[in-house]
Amino acid sequence: MRKISLPFTLEELGGIRAGDWLSLSGVVYTARDEAHRRMTLALARGESLPFPAPDAVVYYTGPSPAPPRLIFGSAGPTSSYRMDPYTPALLAQGVKAFIGKGPRSPEVRQALVEHQALYLAAVGGAAALLSRAVREARIIAYPELGPEAVRRLRIEDMELVCINDARGGDWYVSGQNSWRSL
Amino acid sequence: MSGPRYIQAEEISSQVAELCGLACCRLPEDVLACLSRAEKEEKSPVGRKVLTMLLENAGLARRENIPLCQDCGTAVVWANLGQEALIRGGDFYQAISRGVALGYDKYYLRKSMAHPFSRANSNDNTPPIVHLSLVPGRSLALTLAPKGGGAENVSRLFMLAPALGREGVVKAVLDTVDQAGANPCPPLVVSLAVGGNMEDAALRAKKNLLLRSLTEPNPDPEAAVLEEELLAAVNRLGIGPAGLGGSVTCLRVLADIKACHIASLPLAVNLQCHAARHQTVVL
Repeated sequence: MRKISLPFTLEELGGIRAGDWLSLSGVVYTARDEAHRRMTLALARGESLPFPAPDAVVYYTGPSPAPPRLIFGSAGPTSSYRMDPYTPALLAQGVKAFIGKGPRSPEVRQALVEHQALYLAAVGGAAALLSRAVREARIIAYPELGPEAVRRLRIEDMELVCINDARGGDWYVSGQNSWRSL
Repeated sequence: MSGPRYIQAEEISSQVAELCGLACCRLPEDVLACLSRAEKEEKSPVGRKVLTMLLENAGLARRENIPLCQDCGTAVVWANLGQEALIRGGDFYQAISRGVALGYDKYYLRKSMAHPFSRANSNDNTPPIVHLSLVPGRSLALTLAPKGGGAENVSRLFMLAPALGREGVVKAVLDTVDQAGANPCPPLVVSLAVGGNMEDAALRAKKNLLLRSLTEPNPDPEAAVLEEELLAAVNRLGIGPAGLGGSVTCLRVLADIKACHIASLPLAVNLQCHAARHQTVVL
């Protein structure tokens, strides 16, 4: 397991391979469906994203509400393909990694290589476990969206696996092919 | 014979509220047993690592009383109402809806229901999806399953040509799971219903996810054989836990076979993630 303190260095972005497990610490921003639609509209109007985009990491999650005794609610990944149409625009703004689950479109995979960025997966459904990595959380945009609001999280040692690396490697393809026997 | 038995609407609301909390925070024993067996049987080290994480996650959620998954789902309620029982003190469907709103608030569950176009959240996870069956007896059995969006989105309904036959059904199920890949959070429970008609197939596939145990054999021998055959075939797809590759893509296949029109071969395939959450209360 490779420990990474965000932001990623260029060397780390180029050296991480599809299938590598990472233990990620630092700041990430949550955004899912409706937040992506709004952010893309904001960019089209010439406005900026609700967080500093260069080197940012975006986590596709809509957490459950935090009970008063906890820092954060359960927060596993949501299916990433729904964010595919919006992803090249975020890469163009300088976002360097996305955390979600499930395969990406060919356009996104190509844009990841062009921008030397990564697509990482958290284990879908391990939401209670993943919430333990969140040390600070606050809403920074679209509070009216509830679970879909954009949040700034400080995470420590979140366990993730690289699915799409900056060289075009795809772990869903290579990982599954080695066990496929049809 | 005694008269009807009365059940208060208010009692339904408070029981449904408790079911929401229980269902979202506690993985049922049959599902845990399947995950533990999968952890032993999975051949891929990465797959085993994922299954260990899922079991740890289930333990943590239970101990802390927090949701297993942030997606606390659409609240699907299957109500088996005894034909000698009567509901009093309010509208039955409203009583369930009120219970869902109460439970999702009380147990800090995510509210995931939104208008289809504006995407405005209803903020209390209503409306629930309620299915009512009339059964013999004097009680009301309520089963609640929080159904997550990831696996529901990749579920499919097929109106196949009868000529495609059993082979066509097997192929459609395999294609559904294969195309779904990592999206529905494998290892899955695959529930299929063959026959009936369009809405009946979809309903039976959902009903079996709510009401059948994953550790009990299918009483219909023809369906039991189909389940075994499909389980082996799905697990040869190689998708594996979390889609990271492995020998356990599916924990259990549930199959339901029923007569259909001479022109039709309906098939519903409802996929369920490993968080196969459901809880039942009998009033």
